[in-house]
Amino acid sequence: MPLDLLLEPLGYDFMQRAFLVTITAAIVCGVLSCWLVLIGWSLMGDAVSHAVLPGVVIAYLMGTPFAVGALVFGLGAVALIFLVRSTSRVKEDAAIGVVFTTLFALGLVLISVVPSQTDLGHILFGNLLGVSAADLVQVLVLGAFTLVVLVLKRRDLTLYAFDPTHAHAIGLNPKVLGALLLALLALTVVVALQAVGVVLVVAMVIIPGATAYLLTDRFARMLVISPAIAAGCAIVGIYASYYLDAASGGMVVLTMGVVFALVYLFAPRHGVIGRSLAAARRRRAGVARSAEAERQPA
Amino acid sequence: MSGPATSARRPSTDGPALEVRGITVHYGDVLALDDVSLTLDRGTICGLVGMNGSGKSTLFKAIMGNIRPDRGTVSIGGRSPRQARRAGIVGYVPQSEEVDWSFPLSVHDVVMMGRYGFQGFTRRPRRADREAVAEALDRVELADLADRRIGALSGGQRKRAFVARGLAQGADLLLLDEPFAGVDKRSEATITDLLRELADGGATVLVSSHDLEALPRLADEAILLLRRVLLHGTPEEALRPEQLARAFGLDLASGRPTDGGD
Repeated sequence: MPLDLLLEPLGYDFMQRAFLVTITAAIVCGVLSCWLVLIGWSLMGDAVSHAVLPGVVIAYLMGTPFAVGALVFGLGAVALIFLVRSTSRVKEDAAIGVVFTTLFALGLVLISVVPSQTDLGHILFGNLLGVSAADLVQVLVLGAFTLVVLVLKRRDLTLYAFDPTHAHAIGLNPKVLGALLLALLALTVVVALQAVGVVLVVAMVIIPGATAYLLTDRFARMLVISPAIAAGCAIVGIYASYYLDAASGGMVVLTMGVVFALVYLFAPRHGVIGRSLAAARRRRAGVARSAEAERQPA
Repeated sequence: MSGPATSARRPSTDGPALEVRGITVHYGDVLALDDVSLTLDRGTICGLVGMNGSGKSTLFKAIMGNIRPDRGTVSIGGRSPRQARRAGIVGYVPQSEEVDWSFPLSVHDVVMMGRYGFQGFTRRPRRADREAVAEALDRVELADLADRRIGALSGGQRKRAFVARGLAQGADLLLLDEPFAGVDKRSEATITDLLRELADGGATVLVSSHDLEALPRLADEAILLLRRVLLHGTPEEALRPEQLARAFGLDLASGRPTDGGD
């Protein structure tokens, strides 16, 4: 019975929470990823997600919600990156590389020296099946807040991504808009952390946007397609992990990767196959035309 | 389709359309602008001519307040650059290289961005905004291509789209950075006519350009820039060989050293 197969996992509380957390994270990540992909901030997504590791460990030690520690270190990493970039001759990608790896290493060291119940694996790769009710509330509140801000300020963020000089010329502050987007990135990372872990968060904030970008030429549609794909992949991934008894975070991201590959190949206009077919058609038409042109004088 | 938008132009405030006084800018140790002063009256089109690295883009940035000069002041229609930007009277048409043409936005989307300064927190377009955009697209003859992706346009059409953004904004001062680079003749003519119309309606236009031939047809005045203002006069004066030799560092006509230093 296919329906039973779908309903069975939902009979467990922990599976319901897993679904809620992952779908929430997927939707927020999917929306945010549209801007990240277009601005070219993928590496920034990677950086922020890794840099939150020490924050999570410290939050655990102090008994505060992990989101607080993660957020502090996520924003701190962004600030540090900009500090290094703007006050030295080091370029942005190098500044990102230095800051996030150092913070990530700090997290690893902290975990190794601090005797605690923290399971490194859970932080690095997510612990979807161990989401507590309190974790769920954190994710839902932060996710809803982030999503609302993203949606309300979407036009400003798009203007910032497309033409910050014009934003400046009409009296907006591009620096503030950039900082807003980075802060929202940090929040999004915190939301997705629980679902897929530090290492795979970056996939959630890049793959959906990149996939949607291959499917449409309209930014407004991208903002719908991207979270839809992300949520769909989240659901498929969790079912797959349940029945295959495989790592849930990994399964979700793997699904996203497969969908990206399919779209990359078969997207109507921007897919590799579609494009080469169109090129072949044009060539044939060109050959036919020139053949006709040759016949003409005869 | 003509008329209503120009009447929406704000009444003029005190002072010339653009007044730049003693602007000096350094990038590190490199002197980019040296004590640049110029004044543009309302309704003029001024061509800004100089070789690469002469400070044209830096001057634009200083006027828009993108960089803070070491010395000097800028006043736009009697306002500080900040006040002028807030009031939405500064329009900017970027160089082609500054724009990401693969961005998934339509021509209409881009022109609508000219209206953001007048819109609320979420920039939801109102009827007046939609009308202003439609009229701007009409005036640059892109109404048919409104739904086309911006990057799918030709070089000239892209420029016209950005000019339309300035129109929809109702900018009093329009800054165009190399608008004729890689632009077909028809678009160049359309843009030239359009700028003339705008100037006749009271707007002030500052255009940086390499295209010396087009200068007399395009502009009322010309400025030769080589870190300093070498000349501010008519296009014909600026195009004299000895003047161009100074601006472009060609030591042909005069036989004198062309170094810009005192």
